[in-house]
Amino acid sequence: MNRLKKLFESQENICSVYYTAGYPTVNDTMPVLEALQEGGADLVEIGMPFSDPLADGPTIQASSEQALDNGMSIQLLFEQLETMRESITIPVVLMGYFNPVFKFGVEKFIGKCQEIGVDGVIIPDLPFDEYRELYENLFNEAGIANIFLITPQTSDERIRLIDAHSTGFIYVVSSASVTGAKQNVQQNQIDYFNRVNSLGLQRPRLIGFGIGNRDTFATACQHAAGAIIGSAFVKLLGEHGADKQQIKAFINTIKN
Amino acid sequence: MSKQSKYQADEKGMYGRFGGAYIPEMLYPNIENLKKVYKEIIDSPAFQQEYKALLKDYVGRPSPLYLAKRLSDKYQTNVYLKREDLNHTGAHKINNTVGQILIAKHMGKQRIIAETGAGQHGVATATACALMGLQCVVYMGEVDIKRQAPNVARMKMLGAEVKAATSGSKTLKDATNEALRDWICNPEDTFYLIGSVVGPHPYPDMVARLQAVISEEIKLQISEKTSKDYPDYVIACVGGGSNAAGSFYHFLDDEKVKLVAVEASGMGVDSGETAATIALGDMGIIHGSKTFLMQSEDGQITEPYSISAGLDYPGIGPQHAHLFDTGRAQFLSATDKEALDAALQLTQLEGIIPALESAHALAALNKMQFQKDEAVVITLSGRGDKDMATYMERFGF
Ligand SMILES: Cc1ncc(COP(=O)(O)O)c(C=O)c1O
Repeated sequence: MNRLKKLFESQENICSVYYTAGYPTVNDTMPVLEALQEGGADLVEIGMPFSDPLADGPTIQASSEQALDNGMSIQLLFEQLETMRESITIPVVLMGYFNPVFKFGVEKFIGKCQEIGVDGVIIPDLPFDEYRELYENLFNEAGIANIFLITPQTSDERIRLIDAHSTGFIYVVSSASVTGAKQNVQQNQIDYFNRVNSLGLQRPRLIGFGIGNRDTFATACQHAAGAIIGSAFVKLLGEHGADKQQIKAFINTIKN
Repeated sequence: MSKQSKYQADEKGMYGRFGGAYIPEMLYPNIENLKKVYKEIIDSPAFQQEYKALLKDYVGRPSPLYLAKRLSDKYQTNVYLKREDLNHTGAHKINNTVGQILIAKHMGKQRIIAETGAGQHGVATATACALMGLQCVVYMGEVDIKRQAPNVARMKMLGAEVKAATSGSKTLKDATNEALRDWICNPEDTFYLIGSVVGPHPYPDMVARLQAVISEEIKLQISEKTSKDYPDYVIACVGGGSNAAGSFYHFLDDEKVKLVAVEASGMGVDSGETAATIALGDMGIIHGSKTFLMQSEDGQITEPYSISAGLDYPGIGPQHAHLFDTGRAQFLSATDKEALDAALQLTQLEGIIPALESAHALAALNKMQFQKDEAVVITLSGRGDKDMATYMERFGF
C-alpha cells in the first residue's frame, strides 16, 4: 500500500497496465511484468483468469480462456510471483472475480498477497457491503488496498461512501460497458469525469475500460491521476507474446 | 404466507448463508432499482389484476391437478400431477415471463433481454414480448442453437433476435454471462428477464413469487379433491429451481408437507457427467448468487451434463441451497436412464408425454415409499413435444 501511496503522491499521468496471468503461455506472467516495469508502466494489474468473466469483453474473455487452458490458477500465480519483489519495485495489484478467491479462501488469499508484496486487489463482484462487514479489517491489517469500481450510473452519494472506504485508488469505469478498447472519449464521459472530480474525494482515481491508445490515454489523464490500459495490451500479447521490445514500444507510444 | 418465514429471502436477499447480490458495480444501480420496486409492483392491485387476467386467459390457468389413476395403482398411493405442461408454450416458464414483462413495463423499459438453454425460457420470453410489443433479444449458447433448432425458429417467428453466445463452453452459463454483459452495456433502457430462481437478489425471490401460483392452486385443488387441505408430498425437478420454488412456495412453513426436489444426475452423480449440484455440494458464487455450484479445485465453474437441456445448469437457486441446508426439502437425483424410463412409463400409463425435465421428478416415485392414503403431488413442469428427437433416438420409435 505504501508503494501505491507513494506513486499517487509523486506522479501524474500514471500509466497502469492490465494483463492476464498465464497468457499467452503459462510462464509469461513474470516476463511480462518485468518488461512492463522496464518499459515504463507505473502500476500493473495482473488478472486472475476466471471461467465466467462477466464484466469483460471478447479480448479479455479469450485471454482468460487461454490462460485457464494453460493451467493457470491462483495457487500457481502466487508461486510465479513468490520472489517478484527481488526485481519489481512498481506497485502490483491483482484483479479477478470473487469465486476463485472465495474458493481459495479470502484470508489465505490476503495473507499470500501480503507475503509476496502485492499492493492491492480488485474484485469487481465482491459486494461493497460484504467487504465492509467481513473483510475490511482483514485488508486493512494486511495493508492491502481494496479497489472499488465506480461507473457513470453510480450516484454521488455512493461514490462518497466508496471513497470513504477506499485505501488505494478508485477505479473509474469510463462508460457503461464491459472491458474493451474504444477509439475515442465522448463528451458525456468527460461530463461524468468532471462530476466525479467535483466531489472533492480523498482518494486518487484512475480511468479504465476503453483506454487503449495515446489519445484516449492523454484525455483520461486530463481528468484523473492516470488511466488503465487492458484489452489493447492483452491484444498485443496475443499477437506478439511476451516480447520485451514490443511491450516497451507499446508503453512508449501510449505515454509519449 | 408470513413475511418472516425462515425459508424466504431477508432484506439483503439472503436465504440463510446463500443468495445475495455478487455483482460488479456496473450492475449495482439496476439491481438496486429493481430491488426497490419489484415488491411494490407485484403487490399493487394494478399488477395483480393484469397478471391474474393474463394467467387465466392467455396462459390458461388454473392448470389442472390431475389424479393419475393408473400411476397411483402402480405405486399404491395417490399421485396427482400438477399440469404445467398444459400452459401456453408448454411449460411453467410462461408464469414467470408474463409477470416479469409486466414489471418491465411498469418500470418503463423498452428492451428485454434473456438467456436460454434449451430455448423454453427464450420462447416464453419472446412470447411475452410479442404480446406486449417489446423488443426482445435472447442469448443462447452456440452449441445449444445447433441442438435446439425448432425453439430457435419459434423465437425468431415471435420476433425475437437470437444472439449466439460464443464464449466459454457456449451453453447456458455462457448465454447468461452474455446477457449480463448486455445489461452492463445497456443499463438504462433494458430489462433482464431471468428464467429461473437464480442470479443476484432480487431475482430468486421475484421469480419464486411469480411461480408461486403453482402452489397456490395446488393448495386449493387438493382440498377440493381430498379430505385434507394439504398434500403429503410435493415433488418437482430442479434445474435452477423455478418450478420447484413455485410448487413449494405456499407450503414452506407447513412442515407437514414433505418437499422433494429432484436434480439431474446425468450419467450418475460421481460420473463427472452430471448436473446434480446439491449432491456434489460445493459452495461458491455463480451469476451473482452465493449457492452450491459445480466448480474445479481452483474455483472455475465447470460444465454440467444432463440429457435434459433445462436441467443443465451448474448452479442452483439459493433458496434451494437453503432448503437443503436446513433439511426442509429432501434432494434426490435421477439419471438420464431413470428419467427416460419414467417418461415412457407416464406416456403409456396415462397418455401424457412429459418434458424430459419433468420426467426427472416422476423418476422419484421409484426412489420413495408412500402410504396408500397419502396425496403425492408431482409438478409436471412441461410437455414432451420439444424432446421428441431425444425420445425417438433413445426409444427407436
Ligand atoms: C419443462 C421444464 N421443466 C423444468 C425446467 C428447469 O427449470 P427450473 O428448475 O427453473 O424449473 C425447464 C427449463 O428449461 C423446463 O423447460
